[in-house]
Amino acid sequence: MVKKVITGNYSLAYGCKLCRAEVVAAYPITPQTTVVEKLAEFVANNEMDTQYVKVESEHSAMAACISASLAGARTFTATSAHGLTLMHEVLIWASGSRTPIVMGNINRAMAPPWSVWADHLDSVAQRDTGWMQIYAETNQEVLDSIIQAYKISEDHDVLLPSMIMEDAFFLSHTTEAVDIPEQADVDAFLPPYDPPEKLDVDDPKGFCSLVMPDWYMEFRYLMYEAWNKAKKVIYDVVEEFEQKFGRNHGALLDNYRCDDADVVLIAAGTSAATAREVVDEYREQGKKVGLARMRFFRPFPADELRSLAKEVDSIGVLDRSFTFAHGGAFYTEVAGALYNSPSKPMLKNYIAGLGGRDITPATLRGLYDELLQMKENGPGQEIEWVDLKDGAPHGEVP
Amino acid sequence: MKKRWDPKSYKDLPYTPIMDRPTTHNKTGVWRTFRPIIDYEKCTKCYICWKFCPDAAIIIVEEEDRKVEIDYDHCKGCAVCAEECPVKCIKMERER
Amino acid sequence: MGKTTIPEEELMHPGHIACLGCGGGLAMRYMLKALGRRTIVSVPACCWAIMHGKHPSFALDVPLVNTAFEVTGASISGIRAALDAKGIKDVNVVGFAGDGGTVDIGIQALSGAVERNTDIFYVMYDNEAYMNTGIQRSGATPEGAWTTTTPVGTTGDWKKGPKKNMVEIMVAHDIPYTATVNVAFPEDFVKKIAKGKDIVGPKFYHAFAPCPTGWRHPPEHMVKIAKMAVDSNLFPLFEVEKGKYRITRKPKKKIPVKDYLRLQGRFRHLPEDVIEKIQRGADRNWELLLRKEEFTADF
Repeated sequence: MVKKVITGNYSLAYGCKLCRAEVVAAYPITPQTTVVEKLAEFVANNEMDTQYVKVESEHSAMAACISASLAGARTFTATSAHGLTLMHEVLIWASGSRTPIVMGNINRAMAPPWSVWADHLDSVAQRDTGWMQIYAETNQEVLDSIIQAYKISEDHDVLLPSMIMEDAFFLSHTTEAVDIPEQADVDAFLPPYDPPEKLDVDDPKGFCSLVMPDWYMEFRYLMYEAWNKAKKVIYDVVEEFEQKFGRNHGALLDNYRCDDADVVLIAAGTSAATAREVVDEYREQGKKVGLARMRFFRPFPADELRSLAKEVDSIGVLDRSFTFAHGGAFYTEVAGALYNSPSKPMLKNYIAGLGGRDITPATLRGLYDELLQMKENGPGQEIEWVDLKDGAPHGEVP
Repeated sequence: MKKRWDPKSYKDLPYTPIMDRPTTHNKTGVWRTFRPIIDYEKCTKCYICWKFCPDAAIIIVEEEDRKVEIDYDHCKGCAVCAEECPVKCIKMERER
Repeated sequence: MGKTTIPEEELMHPGHIACLGCGGGLAMRYMLKALGRRTIVSVPACCWAIMHGKHPSFALDVPLVNTAFEVTGASISGIRAALDAKGIKDVNVVGFAGDGGTVDIGIQALSGAVERNTDIFYVMYDNEAYMNTGIQRSGATPEGAWTTTTPVGTTGDWKKGPKKNMVEIMVAHDIPYTATVNVAFPEDFVKKIAKGKDIVGPKFYHAFAPCPTGWRHPPEHMVKIAKMAVDSNLFPLFEVEKGKYRITRKPKKKIPVKDYLRLQGRFRHLPEDVIEKIQRGADRNWELLLRKEEFTADF
């Protein structure tokens, strides 16, 4: 094992290399560029035995990955924001064709206004595409998640693609110490991709065919079954990964100090790292607060949330995106999962950190303070835009 | 017949829509309004009709001295063969 | 006697659900005859996406993937990359797409695949409109044609302006090999496709494939009309190999474009002056092609 101080983007590139992706098809976009540059360097120096297709758009990147995967190759791509949303059509094609592609997405805000900074709308807007979604908190988790994702996606009970998210700049361009596993250990953990069916001249079959209304629904149901099976596979892979590599970043919902907590904040990505600090600080002060990190947004951790709901009085849901629905996407889905649950804690939605605005410890302290008083005061305004400049005096300015 | 060619339940389906049942099971001959009939007296076995059939529904019968035969199970009656035959030995007759 | 002029092996089954006299069916049949069994085909949205009929019917005897409309060039790039990754060199990878899927929505992905010098075949079967969706005009619809989105009406609203010249667009990419082929000339069709097997890099074919349904002519005229397109010089047969032009059929007796146009209902509304304009365009393009052949003779 080697320890390297690397950015989140390099974690993606090292993860891809360790997993021996046979085909990479990618197109540059800020802030993903150093991923494709590092991969190009690996290939140019023969450190990676990969066919690297330098496509002319993200749409083509994903299309090339789908066909390469159907031809039996392990595939990888990486993108961000407008690149990801350009892929939308073919993302759905990827899951429908049951190709276990793994992709890195650097969470960046959508324009206009032009912005290259962290915001989750790009990937949240892909929540209905049939892709698994992992939101990483650290560069180590980025790398480890790639290895886990291939294992989960390629499981014959699953055969669904995965995207691994990292916050723009907060992870993509920030260096952290990352353990790079030994190649032999990754090889032992992740055998070569062996699809049940593939494009094969010795056994000619057609893929992605026309299906009439009499069976379309049944094919979609098979995907639904795969989703349900994926949850168990995720737990198994996370456990096996821990045994092999000694690290556990959580499975679907990564609960931190939630036992005996009165209030919990749900967050994803790097804001969860900040929340962890605040939780520790408040716990030292005897305040019973916890963090439930949405590690997988797809498959959605509904059972895990229902278990959590039994234990707590109030839950705040932090959305680093806004979807112009009734609240943020995480919030509406959490609320939906808890509606038929016997335990219904009070819920509040916090919209924060859009377009790369810092979510500071001070901001999060404010949210936890409000959550702690919610049992007494009620949730107040259900959907609150945090730190919004509305002319009113605010507390600590970051 | 393979179970997945005639599914009764979603459990009989492949995990993704895979095509592997040759379309020969599909008798497109029922579409036909006009039936091509070859006059073998006149036929010179030039194979032009075979060549131009968009449905691959004209076959060369090896055992019968490589004569051409219409595959009436699949011939849709487009009449390209009759039109292109250089000795005009294929006539189109209305199906009854 | 007893011999055929093109390979006998059939890799396309009868029983597909193309319309009567479909030129696209013939194009697929010839293409597979030329390439043989060791071929993988990628087909975007187009008539051939539905011609197998419903799941699990399959009209081909080679592996195939259906793709989204605009991605053929990317799809075949991905398949080639996967085969290269596995060390498989003796399999032909073909994109088989309609005219709209090529000259309009798919032109970017095709351009990228050719620019990257991907070792692929790309066959555009050109029926000169979006036929699968019901005869809407495409960038390959010829001047003067009626389609459901150029409905002529009371204002003469037929397709205005010439069709995109895909072969020249490919030549501008410095493509190793590009050619026109036509379903009425199967020997030439098969020969040009088979020739591509010995050329590493992208090979682009513009395949003329009449659509009786959309062109409004009886199905039996399909081959005849395709032949007239060549003999009127509206669709010359030629190839460009490393920049060198070679005309593969020089009609002994040129026929007027009017003879070609009047066999098809889609041109029936055209006034004389437009027919004359189309004639002048065909003459000019033929002259240009002859000069290109002459100019590049020493290449």
